[in-house]
Amino acid sequence: MQFMLLFSRQGKLRLQKWYVPLSDKEKKKITRELVQTVLARKPKMCSFLEWRDLKVVYKRYASLYFCCAIEEQDNELITLEIIHRYVELLDKYFGSVCELDIIFNFEKAYFILDEFLLGGEAQETSKKNVLKAIEQADLLQEPRHEYFNVPVY
Amino acid sequence: MPAPIRLRELIRTIRTARTQAEEREMIQKECAAIRSSFREEDNTYRCRNVAKLLYMHMLGYPAHFGQLECLKLIASQKFTDKRIGYLGAMLLLDERQDVHLLMTNCIKNDLNHSTQYVQGLALCTLGCMGSSEMCRDLAGEVEKLLKTSNSYLRKKAALCAVHVIRKVPELMEMFLPATKNLLSEKNHGVLHTSVVLLTEMCERSPDMLAHFRKLVPQLVRILKNLIMSGYSPEHDVSGISDPFLQVRILRLLRILGKSDDDSSEAMNDILAQVATNTETSKNVGNAILYETVLTIMDIKSESGLRVLAINILGRFLLNNDKNIRYVALTSLLKTVQTDHNAVQRHRSTIVDCLKDLDVSIKRRAMELSFALVNGNNIRGMMKELLYFLDSCDPEFKADCASGVFLAAEKYAPSKRWHIDTIMRVLTTAGSYVRDDSVPNLIQLITNSVEMHAYTVQRLYKALLDDISQQPLVQVASWCIGEYGDLLVSGQCEEEEPIQVTEDEVLDVLEGLLVSNLSTPVTRGYSLTAIMKLSTRFSGVNRIKKVVSVYGSSIDVELQQRAVEYNALFKKYDHMRPALLERMPIMEKTATNGPTEIIQTNGETEPSAVEPKHPPPVTQPANQANDLLDLLGGNDVVPVIQTTMPTKPASAGGELLDLLGDLSLTGAPAPAPAPSSQPPFLLDGLSSQPLFNDIAAAAIPPMTAYNKNGLKIDFTFERANPNPNIAVITIHASNSTEADMTDFVFQAAVPKTFQLQLLSPSSNVVPALNQGSVTQVIRVLNPQKLRMRIKLTYTHKGSPVQDLAETAALELHGKQQSI
Repeated sequence: MQFMLLFSRQGKLRLQKWYVPLSDKEKKKITRELVQTVLARKPKMCSFLEWRDLKVVYKRYASLYFCCAIEEQDNELITLEIIHRYVELLDKYFGSVCELDIIFNFEKAYFILDEFLLGGEAQETSKKNVLKAIEQADLLQEPRHEYFNVPVY
Repeated sequence: MPAPIRLRELIRTIRTARTQAEEREMIQKECAAIRSSFREEDNTYRCRNVAKLLYMHMLGYPAHFGQLECLKLIASQKFTDKRIGYLGAMLLLDERQDVHLLMTNCIKNDLNHSTQYVQGLALCTLGCMGSSEMCRDLAGEVEKLLKTSNSYLRKKAALCAVHVIRKVPELMEMFLPATKNLLSEKNHGVLHTSVVLLTEMCERSPDMLAHFRKLVPQLVRILKNLIMSGYSPEHDVSGISDPFLQVRILRLLRILGKSDDDSSEAMNDILAQVATNTETSKNVGNAILYETVLTIMDIKSESGLRVLAINILGRFLLNNDKNIRYVALTSLLKTVQTDHNAVQRHRSTIVDCLKDLDVSIKRRAMELSFALVNGNNIRGMMKELLYFLDSCDPEFKADCASGVFLAAEKYAPSKRWHIDTIMRVLTTAGSYVRDDSVPNLIQLITNSVEMHAYTVQRLYKALLDDISQQPLVQVASWCIGEYGDLLVSGQCEEEEPIQVTEDEVLDVLEGLLVSNLSTPVTRGYSLTAIMKLSTRFSGVNRIKKVVSVYGSSIDVELQQRAVEYNALFKKYDHMRPALLERMPIMEKTATNGPTEIIQTNGETEPSAVEPKHPPPVTQPANQANDLLDLLGGNDVVPVIQTTMPTKPASAGGELLDLLGDLSLTGAPAPAPAPSSQPPFLLDGLSSQPLFNDIAAAAIPPMTAYNKNGLKIDFTFERANPNPNIAVITIHASNSTEADMTDFVFQAAVPKTFQLQLLSPSSNVVPALNQGSVTQVIRVLNPQKLRMRIKLTYTHKGSPVQDLAETAALELHGKQQSI
């Protein structure tokens, strides 16, 4: 996978994970164009499209679009499963996840993603193990009382 | 200094902004606060500030001033700081800036941290955005972690290694020892990432590939266990055990089995098993089947397995899920070359996909349909494709039209069908047809001699309906110019001939000239067509008027043509019939495009084209294209021939090879090519008039051939000013009761002479001496001329051919008899 973008139906970016080195300007350009292209798709169309020299796999969950750019040799159908697995992880972690959860806890969404994918490939295929790792890592976060009632961030 | 506001607080505040300006203001205020907080080197709140900065960065605002802060967070001892710090590094830093190198040491330390989650953070960051330098520095650490027994770290190290290899391929060797027992792991995470690592290594190095082939049995075993094992809740997805791992293994098997018989055989059974046993009701099962099909098609699988694979794709095509259909079409497109017959079986399903609503599916179905067209299914397929052409989006029309032309050219069952198909494309998608199709179509039409009347009639009718589609208009006006006489005389056999008068035809053509819809190129076509009709129609005055009007046209191209045609009417009227004769059958070229036509001609007659051309004759490419626009792709060579009276010996030699390239001496059919080069031709003519009234004919005329009712007389003149050129005019007459049609006169002379044959006045020798065909031969350096002549014509339906030789003709004034 080259990158993953999450954006709302109004085109607002909620998460961006890049696995290829690109300048900020390029990332912005790609994001803008791809968001436009995907939002222009009609609901009955298939989840795959060719964009530049990449294959783009996208799926809409409620008000959020999950969009991945994969390479020529990658399997589109399994990418759909990867997207679905990520949504399931978010759902389990936040308890019936909605877009607001991701907006207000974007850093956690990133942490979960980083436990599931690494360098664009899946590192753990067991849902249970990913969630367990996140749980443990969360426990490591310095508890609030160390900051005298000052919350972590 | 009050504590900086909390992250969630900031998010909430920013979301209340009602306008972009309001949001910007809030952001700027907060950024200023954050900046001063950074300046104070506040450890407590650094984490919070960076988190806020990351949020604002996601909204699109600049956040580069936070980069160093991320580094400080990474260096902190607190896990919370590290977590945000690494996240910030991945979002804000990139390898173009030197700042990122400062991370290297921190990452190194963290890779050796006592807490595995810290090590995990470091591995993740390195594996996601590590630059080549960082990878070089830290590869050793990664390699160490690849050998650890901690599966949590091992799986991350494997993917980190993949990234290192991608960035610095030379380091691949270093990871080889660690891969030794990667596949003996029970942990699925490690297995999955190991397979990814092995795949990467095999893709990059043929040596590695050969080395890892021995893992095939092990991979097959793992895959088998996955399929056969019972329900495993941890890895289950809709009843399938760890589909991610299955797909990855299948992909590695594909790479290992490619072009290797033994490996392919070893995986044959498991592939068949997966292909038949996988549940297809959900996407996840189909994902595995898809990967299996790709593997089967790529390795050296036995034919039974291949048929199985194609049938799976066939079933995919019938699936309700669009994604599955899309994937099937893509795969079929890849396999259609190698397994053509198997794919043919699914042709009707593929053709149905042309009607799908999804653009990507339609495009693939179209490409696949064209790949499946053959001689047997051409009629049916073309019907579907033409229907598709009618209704598809504009973005497809050009490709579809080109595809239709190509397929029609290859497999047309009859000429009439071919012409009809072209007509259909031109009338429905005429404006999308590629420019280079026009010369191709003209060539095709010219070569379908028996269809001329039908074609011109249909094109005329199409023009009456619609003159907006330029390619259609161009082809139509060219045809009307060529075959207008057939149109007016109502000779059509194929369908009901229409009644149209010469004036009506000229109305249409003149209409094209003045219409706003016509491009300059189209206007050029129609003006030339009008001009050609001056030899085919009886009412010449009207044409003369049109031509003279355009002599002062603003369009330089039109003006030039009009002026030249005008000159043709005035000074060279006797040449007009010869110049505006019917086009000959054109050489068929393999590819389309006018430039190719020039080149092939150039190749077949290289010496004819190469000789030193006077500057006007060397056509720059665009002028040559122009030429072809006018002619519709005629042989260029005869043109050059006629303007160059002096030819170097080598060219002459080729010209004289009667047994060789006959197209040079006397084109197989009359070549009215000169009309395309009016300036050069007329220049050439004015300097060396061919028809010399001067009674230089000290040589009396003679009969060169008299047999079977065909008599050919030679009359001689001397060309002025060059006395070395003898001009022989042949007069062919026919005393039988039937016309001799398709009359072609060819001549060859010994190598010491040079011969130039100009266009004949006609190729029909009318019966009963009602008229004669004249043709001019120019001979250079005539002394005692011996000429071998070859005659071909059609008489009373059967072709006749004859060879004859003239005795030595003393062309220096002495009388000779045969």
